[in-house]
Amino acid sequence: MQTTGTTFEQVAMFAETWGLAYLVILFACVLIYAFRPGAKKKFQDAAQIPFKED
Amino acid sequence: MSFLIFLPLGLIGLLGLALAAGAADSVMYGHGLLIAAFAAIGVFWIIGRNGDTGGPAKAVPGGVNYNDAIVRAGVVATTFWGVVGFTVGLVIALQLAFPVLNFDLPWTNFGRLRPLHTSAVVFAFGGNALLMTSFHVVQRTCQARIAGGWAPWFVFWGYQLFIVMAATGYVLGVTQSKEYAEPEWYVDLWLTVVWVVYLLVFLGTLWRRKEPHIYVANWFYLAFIVTIAMLHIVNNLTVPVSLTSTKSYVLFSGVQDALTQWWYGHNAVGFFLTAGFLGIMYYYVPKQAERPVYSYRLSIVHFWSLIFLYIWAGPHHLHYTALPDWAQTLGMTFSVMLWMPSWGGMINGLMTLSGAWDKLRTDPILRLLAISVAFYGMSTFEGPLMSIKAVNGLSHYTDWTIGHVHSGALGWVGMVSFGAIYYLAPRMYGSERLYSLRLVSVHFWLATVGIVLYAASMWVSGIMQGLMWRAYDALGFLEYSFAETVDAMHPFYVIRALGGLLYVTGALVMAWNVYRTTQGRIRDERPYEPAPAASQPAPAE
Repeated sequence: MQTTGTTFEQVAMFAETWGLAYLVILFACVLIYAFRPGAKKKFQDAAQIPFKED
Repeated sequence: MSFLIFLPLGLIGLLGLALAAGAADSVMYGHGLLIAAFAAIGVFWIIGRNGDTGGPAKAVPGGVNYNDAIVRAGVVATTFWGVVGFTVGLVIALQLAFPVLNFDLPWTNFGRLRPLHTSAVVFAFGGNALLMTSFHVVQRTCQARIAGGWAPWFVFWGYQLFIVMAATGYVLGVTQSKEYAEPEWYVDLWLTVVWVVYLLVFLGTLWRRKEPHIYVANWFYLAFIVTIAMLHIVNNLTVPVSLTSTKSYVLFSGVQDALTQWWYGHNAVGFFLTAGFLGIMYYYVPKQAERPVYSYRLSIVHFWSLIFLYIWAGPHHLHYTALPDWAQTLGMTFSVMLWMPSWGGMINGLMTLSGAWDKLRTDPILRLLAISVAFYGMSTFEGPLMSIKAVNGLSHYTDWTIGHVHSGALGWVGMVSFGAIYYLAPRMYGSERLYSLRLVSVHFWLATVGIVLYAASMWVSGIMQGLMWRAYDALGFLEYSFAETVDAMHPFYVIRALGGLLYVTGALVMAWNVYRTTQGRIRDERPYEPAPAASQPAPAE
């Protein structure tokens, strides 16, 4: 029986709570970054990058 | 020219000689000499080029001094390894249909030729396609010459040495027996060095960019390079028997090893064969269609959702094994969720043609690119389906899996690479256009019919095989012996080999077309009628 150190349950608990929250918040930031209205022009320009130089 | 460049080459040469001198087995002796020869030839090659790392030494007025020589080398290497890898695939397909073709020799046995085929198509053909296109795309979208002087050449030639060492090792029986990670420890270490230099070259070029925004294709390439480094290192943690022996033992054992292997294996699919090739899609489809990507915003969401989800999907390779049940369910759930980013990406690629569909009639290169994206959609629909435990219980270990892999590999990876090769060959060699567009169309049809024969025969064969394995009679005995299932699959193996023959023939047509293009020749042929109405690039969403 393990009494000291980190157990599997502790790691799993961390992943299920903070780990999940971290990834979901990060992904929400991505969505906000991509869909914020102010970025429309920026992304229109970005899509034209391949046509700038040959 | 700085002579410092010869220092690392000299060290590599000495290392090769030391390995050969102390070699514990004949393969290490040969590979030691090969490494030494690589360094020696490298010295003469660099001296012969007299400081020319590719392209004109002086900046073009008003333009960027791109290194196109490295992309030209990629065109040749990708075409060459494609033909080699597909041919070995045809050989082993014929061996399965007609076992006498194993010739009862250890070196030509299916067990040794199968990793030769998978490594040749995935790492030699696919890897060179990624090197070629990433070196081209990162320069063009950053409007900067590739960074590092000779470093990209070290990446290119070092990668070829990795392929040759891996391939010769397999045929001579040197393998660590991990699927898609068969090369032994010293070959893995060599690839690690090459890969770190690749990462530095890519980052260095991004650092030099004149364009403030990093175009989305580069994000996919960067994710591919970084993740493959991580996967490669962790899955290849082994302890060699001695520093001069080819043999090593894997650090993990049992179910931990199996999970590490399939975490690696599935992300080799996700980040090598998907993320990297999506980089190709996001540059070459807009270029060939002469329209910007359908939705740049969707491409950002596509990127992040794909890399967030893919990394967890590996356990679906270990359904109904000793792997804990929760881990199997986790792998299945994330695989099913992958439907969304995969189809988002497919829609983004295909809808780039929106308003320009007529070009498919007159541009066989665009046709190759479009069908590759269609196959991407099909195989990323089939994959999550097969990861569902109930389906997997029928499909796993059968030919269905083989068919699924090939609809992705021949359809998506192969076709998008062919499209990129046809795009690059005339531009990089300064020809007016490709030697023959009609031959591209011939290639398109040979490859497409080949894939249809392959995937359809493997569906039938695989589902039949799965159903025969699980058939019980009234008394609870298995209805069929294993040999009976093998016998029943024979006709489908012959059809599959026929499909492979068509695919190889298509690749040979491409090799001829590329070869003539490099010579600046143009075939006298009936041109494709141009599209009636000139289409303006539509504004991005």
